[in-house]
Amino acid sequence: MQASSDADLVAACLAGDSSAWDELVERFSRYVFAIATQAFRLPAHEAEDVFQEVFLRVYDRLNTLREPSALRPWIAQLTRRECIDRVRQGARETPVEELPEEVESELDRLEEAFDVRLELSTLSPECQDVLDRFFCRDESYRTIGAALDLPAGTIASRISRCLGRLRERLEGRNPVAAASSERRDR
Amino acid sequence: MSNRDAVKRHDEEGLGELLRLLPPAPAGWVLAAQELPRARAGIDGLVQRAQADLAFRATLLADVEAALAAEGVEPSRPLADLLRRRVAE
Repeated sequence: MQASSDADLVAACLAGDSSAWDELVERFSRYVFAIATQAFRLPAHEAEDVFQEVFLRVYDRLNTLREPSALRPWIAQLTRRECIDRVRQGARETPVEELPEEVESELDRLEEAFDVRLELSTLSPECQDVLDRFFCRDESYRTIGAALDLPAGTIASRISRCLGRLRERLEGRNPVAAASSERRDR
Repeated sequence: MSNRDAVKRHDEEGLGELLRLLPPAPAGWVLAAQELPRARAGIDGLVQRAQADLAFRATLLADVEAALAAEGVEPSRPLADLLRRRVAE
């Protein structure tokens, strides 16, 4: 399971627990980064400004969050607003009134990716590590094998096994999809 | 999302694609965000000094980034803007 729920994390941050703030930043850093760089395709220097501005606002306004469990959509909204402001500043002739369809589509995919990442955090540390290295950090079998002191062939089988476990967890949340998957796999 | 989509996205290839969508943010960005509580304390101290000492206020406004760095705070643009706003209030 996640170390703590979003609501617990908010409460701990508001109580002045600095390790809770570290965890909050760690939990949402990839999400904010991806919204800025992948959905809105901001250049690195603007994405960095958005990233810092979003966490500054979160830090300053956390006590205004009415529903602590709504932390994730709140952070998403803050990030989108910051990104839209940047895009508007850059678009001198064409006002940005609504998000292009491809941005909305990418934001939806990032929501799904975040759900998968949350489920990943429920797997063993070994599985989290190997899947993160291979898929998120784009490390080769050789690099991962060297870091974990394992043969490359073992890395491939571990990735496959861990993906299977991740899939089981996700389908456990969606019984209809799991049943369809079982029929297809026969 | 339809059940068919859910199944498709939860096969190995689909899961891999979704995992790839969230690479780590640059370590320096994450660290700077994690240090915000300390940075805010540093900014509070600078604002208090600026309110009590007009010469210091002028020096600070002339180079906000240097003032932040002297406090051990990474002088990111959002923090520099925040300090300027607060000193100008």
